Amino acid sequence: MEHAVIFIPIIPLFSALFLICFGKKLGEPLAGWIATIAVGASFVASLITWIGVLGSHGIDRTFIQHLFNWLPVGSFQVQMAFQADPLSVTMALFVSGVSALIHLYSIEYMHGDKDFPKFFIYLNLFVASMLILVLGANLLITFLGWEGVGVCSYFLISFWFERPKAATAGKKAMIVNRIADVGFLMAMFLAFQSIGSLNYSNLISSAPHISHTTLSAIVVLAFVGAMGKSAQFPLFGWLADAMEGPTPVSALIHAATMVTAGVFLMVRLSPLLALAPGAAHFITIIGIITAFVAAAAGTSQNDIKKVLAYSTVSQLGYMFIGVGSGAYVAAIFLMVTHAFYKALLFLSAGSVIHGMNDEQDLKAMGALRALMPMTALAFFVGWMAIAGVPPFAGFFSKGDVLLGAYQQNIFIWLAGVITAGLTSYYMGREFCLAFLGKRRWEEKPKVKKSARSSHAVKEVHPHDPGFKMLGPILLLACLAVIGGLLNLPFASSLKVLEHWLAPSLGVAPAPLHAASSAVQWVLAVVDAIVALGGGYIAFAIWSKKSKHPELEPVFLQNAWYIDATGDTVIAKSGTKLAEISADVIEPVVIDGAVVGIVNIAKFVGVGLHRIASGFVRREALIIAGGTVTLLLAVGIRGGW
Amino acid sequence: MTVSVSWYLILGAILFTIGVVGLLVRRNVLIMLMCIELMLNASNLTFVSFARQHQDVGGQADVFFVLVVAAAEVVVGLAIIVSIFRKRLGATADDLSSMKG
Repeated sequence: MEHAVIFIPIIPLFSALFLICFGKKLGEPLAGWIATIAVGASFVASLITWIGVLGSHGIDRTFIQHLFNWLPVGSFQVQMAFQADPLSVTMALFVSGVSALIHLYSIEYMHGDKDFPKFFIYLNLFVASMLILVLGANLLITFLGWEGVGVCSYFLISFWFERPKAATAGKKAMIVNRIADVGFLMAMFLAFQSIGSLNYSNLISSAPHISHTTLSAIVVLAFVGAMGKSAQFPLFGWLADAMEGPTPVSALIHAATMVTAGVFLMVRLSPLLALAPGAAHFITIIGIITAFVAAAAGTSQNDIKKVLAYSTVSQLGYMFIGVGSGAYVAAIFLMVTHAFYKALLFLSAGSVIHGMNDEQDLKAMGALRALMPMTALAFFVGWMAIAGVPPFAGFFSKGDVLLGAYQQNIFIWLAGVITAGLTSYYMGREFCLAFLGKRRWEEKPKVKKSARSSHAVKEVHPHDPGFKMLGPILLLACLAVIGGLLNLPFASSLKVLEHWLAPSLGVAPAPLHAASSAVQWVLAVVDAIVALGGGYIAFAIWSKKSKHPELEPVFLQNAWYIDATGDTVIAKSGTKLAEISADVIEPVVIDGAVVGIVNIAKFVGVGLHRIASGFVRREALIIAGGTVTLLLAVGIRGGW
Repeated sequence: MTVSVSWYLILGAILFTIGVVGLLVRRNVLIMLMCIELMLNASNLTFVSFARQHQDVGGQADVFFVLVVAAAEVVVGLAIIVSIFRKRLGATADDLSSMKG
């Protein structure tokens, strides 16, 4: 049964290859259906693998399928091998499951787009890369998927590349990820140098034997890679810009694939991380900064998708708080539930954008509740789930993370709770602006951009979408409600996810001050009150009026100017350096060296060409003289 | 008085020197070609002498190679000289310097 693991990434990969060859001929909607079925089949393969893994116990639950020797270079041996263990199977299940729903949704959302088949090729490749990433049995295979995900995100973010902003956003995603990838690469180099292998099993078994400094360095460097892919402070700008892609892409990047890769990598390396407390603290601090900074930025965005983008960044920050404080299960738990409700929110937002003829400005929406009741309901469930209102999924998963933080450091917990309040507030603001209040879209009639879709309609008639879009939304809404069942905190036997994942994870050092069950109840109540309070404040402020400039400061709209600072400090100085190179180094130093060598050769040549007189006898004399000289030299050296 | 190997070597050296000097001082291309032949054969004589002295057939075998090279060289060299004669009146080496660098 475990042998099905190979099919999980292969099916979408082959489907992508098939669509590359025949996608244009199949056209719409057949290409979309094939892609959807492929990812669905991949989900079924994940289920079969899961059942297979369930058949064994404890440490035997790690199954490695060797395919072939990929890179045999002396002592550097890399196998093409896939690993099915509780962690990778969990990832594969929710990645393929959520992606299948997003594929189905895309068939309707991308209806009428002239590059319909191409879109599904990219989606399939994206999912295949992500599955390779989570199923790889060594760091290099994970890196293969890592880069595949990176390049697919570039294709998809700049899918509508005629828009200059989309093209720029794609490039930015690629470049920021590339910068962070240096960290991942160096972590691999260091791991190979100190351990001699890139296999996870070897890394984990040798971790206790290598020096503490090296271990911390490996973990921190891998985290630098994760900072790019999982959009941590200060490398999160690209994720907000990635909203230029079609909405299903945003859902895919934010919920199922790509951004969860960094969290996955750190959890995969958790046996190493558990031995490097300094590195873990660093991760926690970056996590809390990211969570707060992004949540604050999310309170002032006016684009329906940008709010969600910053909310993803903030939620990823929470996941890293979990990773850093040793609550690895909580991080994965939050990742899975976040996949449910963030996919739900993005797909609902896509439904709104679709219904509003490509309008994304929250200030130009309002009162959609009556016209799009199902979407409004779904978005409401998403809001409740992400805010952490009991009994929705987010309450339990975020609660676990905050508990982990509390046991490490109360200040981190406090910052986390404040951020949770902000989360509930900005999602409430978004909900109120979009679905409550007055109809604002009739104030300024717009005849705008939907040039790409063939069914260009001038007037706006918001409506709920068809079943291909609504089905996934409703299914995800159910999951967002009941997702908490995966790991209920009430009794040890209800912590299903924790028992299931335990063989794959490292054992973090015991918390400094373990919380008693009474304290845990208090924390849970505080979480719930903060979530409800944040939501109520948002409702009170935003449901009547849509303009509160004092609550949307410019520096938050620009996300604390972090991107602008990076622009000024790095991009501008880089440009300056390039100009200096072009004006000074290139003409003077490099050209000077080249021309200098040419001149030397020319000088020597002009000097020597006199010898070649063309007179046979003179040249014969030179040859004879040369021979005699040579013989004499040999004779003298030989002591003759 | 027996004729020892060194006599042959001395003869070879003299012939070789005559060849070199001839090549350097004469201007007629044909004569120069003959001088080259003289040098080649002088070295052949030396080869054979040493082969005799060391009781090694290798030296004699080399002579065959040299003979073949010499034959080939004469073929090419004479062909060049003939074509020069067709274009010009004489065959004076110093008049030919079109290969000047």
